[in-house]
Amino acid sequence: MIPAEFDYRVAGSVEEAIGLLSGNEDAKLIAGGHSLIPLMKTRLARPSMLIDVARVPGLTGVARDGGTLRIGAMTRWHDLERDPVLREHCPIVAEAAGQVGDPQVRHAGTIGGSVAHCDPASDIPAVLLALDAVIVAQGPGGTRRIAASECFEGFFQSALAHDEVLTAVEVPVLDGAGCAYVKFNQRAIDWAIVAVAAVVRHSGGTISEARIALTNMGTTPVRARAAEAAMAGASGDAIAAAAALADQGTDPPEDTFAGAEYRRNLARVLTLRAVERAMGA
Amino acid sequence: MATTEHRPNIGATPRRKEDPELITGEARYTEDLTPPRTAHVVMVRSPFAHANIRGIDTAAAKAHPGVSDVLTAADLEGAFAAPLVCAWPIVDDIKIPPVYPVEGTRARYAGQIVAVVVADSRAAAQDAAELVEVDYDPLPAVIDPEEAMADGAPQLFDDVPNNVTYHWRSKEHSPVPSAGDPDPIMASAPVVVKERFRLERLVPNAMEPRSILVEPNASQGEYVMTSATQIPHIVRTVLTLITGVPEAKLRVIAPAVGGGFGSKLQVYAEDAICLALARRLGRPVKWTADRTEEFVSVHHGRDQWQEIELAADADGKLRAVRVRIVAGMGAHHLLLTPGIPMLGAWLYGGCYTADAYSVEIIGVFTNNTPTDAYRGAGRPEATYAIERAMDALARKVGKDPAELRRMNMIPTDAFPNYTIMSGLSVDSGDYTGSLDKLLATLDYQGLRREQAARRASGAARQLGIGLSTWIEMCGLAPSRVAGALKLVCGLWEACTVKVMPTGTIQVMIGVTAHGQGHETTFSQMLADQLGVDYDDVQIIAGDTLTVPFGMDTYGSRSLAVGGIAMHNAGEKVIAKARGIAAHTLECAEEDLEFANGSFTVKGTDRSFGIKEAAFAAWTAHNLPDGMEPGLEATYVYDPPNFSWPGGAHACVTEVDTHTGAVKILRYVSVDDCGVIINPQIVEGQVHGGVAQGIAEALFEGAQYDEAGNLVTGTMTTYLVPSAAEMPSFEVLNNPNAPSPTNPLGVKGIGEAGTIASPPAVINSVVDALSHLGVTNVERPATPERVWRAIQEAGQ
Repeated sequence: MIPAEFDYRVAGSVEEAIGLLSGNEDAKLIAGGHSLIPLMKTRLARPSMLIDVARVPGLTGVARDGGTLRIGAMTRWHDLERDPVLREHCPIVAEAAGQVGDPQVRHAGTIGGSVAHCDPASDIPAVLLALDAVIVAQGPGGTRRIAASECFEGFFQSALAHDEVLTAVEVPVLDGAGCAYVKFNQRAIDWAIVAVAAVVRHSGGTISEARIALTNMGTTPVRARAAEAAMAGASGDAIAAAAALADQGTDPPEDTFAGAEYRRNLARVLTLRAVERAMGA
Repeated sequence: MATTEHRPNIGATPRRKEDPELITGEARYTEDLTPPRTAHVVMVRSPFAHANIRGIDTAAAKAHPGVSDVLTAADLEGAFAAPLVCAWPIVDDIKIPPVYPVEGTRARYAGQIVAVVVADSRAAAQDAAELVEVDYDPLPAVIDPEEAMADGAPQLFDDVPNNVTYHWRSKEHSPVPSAGDPDPIMASAPVVVKERFRLERLVPNAMEPRSILVEPNASQGEYVMTSATQIPHIVRTVLTLITGVPEAKLRVIAPAVGGGFGSKLQVYAEDAICLALARRLGRPVKWTADRTEEFVSVHHGRDQWQEIELAADADGKLRAVRVRIVAGMGAHHLLLTPGIPMLGAWLYGGCYTADAYSVEIIGVFTNNTPTDAYRGAGRPEATYAIERAMDALARKVGKDPAELRRMNMIPTDAFPNYTIMSGLSVDSGDYTGSLDKLLATLDYQGLRREQAARRASGAARQLGIGLSTWIEMCGLAPSRVAGALKLVCGLWEACTVKVMPTGTIQVMIGVTAHGQGHETTFSQMLADQLGVDYDDVQIIAGDTLTVPFGMDTYGSRSLAVGGIAMHNAGEKVIAKARGIAAHTLECAEEDLEFANGSFTVKGTDRSFGIKEAAFAAWTAHNLPDGMEPGLEATYVYDPPNFSWPGGAHACVTEVDTHTGAVKILRYVSVDDCGVIINPQIVEGQVHGGVAQGIAEALFEGAQYDEAGNLVTGTMTTYLVPSAAEMPSFEVLNNPNAPSPTNPLGVKGIGEAGTIASPPAVINSVVDALSHLGVTNVERPATPERVWRAIQEAGQ
């Protein structure tokens, strides 16, 4: 459990981090380190240099700008869970943050680190997908904004280039929409076996729009498009029938935690529970 | 004037003596120690479950900066006088193939050591270990013990056909006669249930991984080994056999040790390697397991296929118990491997009566890490089988499981010394009393009503109530019985009590703690016995040089065996002090009564304290003629019987039928562990034991892939639960059956929770779903397994 040898640099600015990345193909950014360090200890990851961006000024906190909430990439789960602006205007992010790992993880892990790591079992990617969030990245050529739907490209593969630094995540102010993140795991500290993020606009028991994203039902977080389509205009038993379509188009993994068939069942059951909770049930 | 004896400590909860150094970090674990010139060792382990080793190229590793040597089996020929030791050949024709600490020709499990790297730093050794090139020729592997004994299965050893190392039959091998033969009863009884259970392998996860430091005095040929072990004395004896280092020149110290659960009741290849390297290099040698390595190299627990048959009358009265176990040994035997399943062979009849009983056990080699003692060792396995089968019998005859248990229990008035169906004599018990207390605490009938209401409403979340009325044998063990069971050692215990000239007391005891709270418990006992302050007593253990030769800590023996050794040594101290007091007070010894630390001449106020006696014994100015100076005594205690705790546990669960998730709503235990010295420590043992049993029932299980690789070999994939997954425990006790076998009436509680709880949990899950047709959920009952059981029952 000793990593292979590596250099360690503390970046004082985003520009400095970009410069160090540009000069070293084997360099990795480190934020909270709770995903990267275990990989290094088991020597499954062997970066030649770690560039610590956790202390770069200006990368933490939540700020409202009109209908958008800008979340600094180095904001820790613990702070997201308790952030009053987030809890009022986009509570699903705070709810999901409170379910990441254990308190030790939540005091070190960051939202940017999790998005960049792109683990399909991580909580926040599906939430960002359901929110149609925007990921802000800075590289040698400047800043670009990536839609969440374009960000999670593959298994541990994000749309970020090697020399880009994720600086912020932008999520919408949820005016009038209900939301819920329902996570299923065996131990509180575990990754989700399956989880469902739901953002639902509804009135009088009838859904006008449901955005549903699934955690760990494929190599990336995925939208439950068939269920979403069937939810539009649905009420009562039709909502349950729509939820039963949640696993359509997914390709869930088989691992030591669960098989694919069971995950499909979870996706259906948890989708109904998430939508019902989002609607205030 | 009679003096009232004051016993302020026994039954109280004084501040624990162990805690300050643990809380402040002053406690010294083996890994904390790194003397100058220490050589750091990293093991190179086979990544294959089964493979011939064609060759090993160490050149690149040897050339790595900081590396002092890289050694293979060939290099270490001559370092070992004997193979790894198995001390429990349970039948005469058992097959124990010799296996040496470093394997040179054929790896038989993923994790077996094939080379050793020694370097000036741990990091350098780790880097170099990756550079050792081993040329493997992979062979087919077999992991499941039933598959391993089938014809055509991969063979681990040429001279062990079908991988069967032994076949133990109670009819043939039990040293005591069992109740009658179950075979004819099974053929004719009105009711027979036959259940089959898989007990998956468990990986012990002590918080502190194993760690070893050996410091040589090369010119004198002396060695000091500091090790995270439960058994310093046994380690010393066994390492002498393996390495040839004379026992008198080897000192083994167990410093602060962070848990064991049986995993440190072992003499491992790594122990022998470190000692051999210290002798070879003449410098301190240190090895500490990392967690990933520990998953494949620390011995595992359980791993059984069980078949249990119960024959009964139509009303559920038990007539006969017949059991067949196929037990996975792993790739080879370690210290106690073969005997672990047999340690349970006496308990498959539980706390019940029947006319007939037999057990057979087939031990089978498989291509994975060796198994050995894990908290409960054989007894949780037995309790699981009988308690699950009793629920099956209750369903079959249409009786409430509590009622079925009660009608079959050994009645309280059958004690003392009731011979159970396996032939052993149980000294005391009150099983119906524990069950009554449990049911009353639960509001059992109220829960059954709630269960019926949920079933009627078709609720997604159904209620289950699971019982486990358990018995165990602990306080290991009478040496004659150990001998009759072919264990190659006695199981007595030794203690020296030394009263210092100024009145404080040193206790040197052979049992050594790794989380049990010995210092506190033993101090409480001796303080009351000698009438001194709790803080006057100092407990010293875990060092073969300073404490009398003992047999160490496992099998819930510290109190019931070690504690009695201390008590009896204390009685010898009192007897000697009485002689000094009588001499000083010029009276007969019979005229003295001893209470609260003082001898008083009956009917007078003339008295002489035990501390005064200690000072007089030290000066020796005026002792009775012929008396040796000094006030100390040693007692070596060999218990005449096991101790026999028992009790009744209940687990109330809510099972989500849509997801299979199991939530424990309540866990209630009523345990008879004999006289309680420290209620808080007993409660802590129950909490930890039950938590470990819940882990076994719902969370933990070693999974392997086709090639024989452990795929749940990390803390992420092997689900050790935390406090967040546990209910709040309701811990009660039954004080009505103190042990008549020892003078304190104590029994033991270290393993009880782990023995009792797994069947309570699984019975509860099955009970929640039985109306849907579910009769079994294999453990660990993961949400997916529960969900599948519901789907299959519905088809």
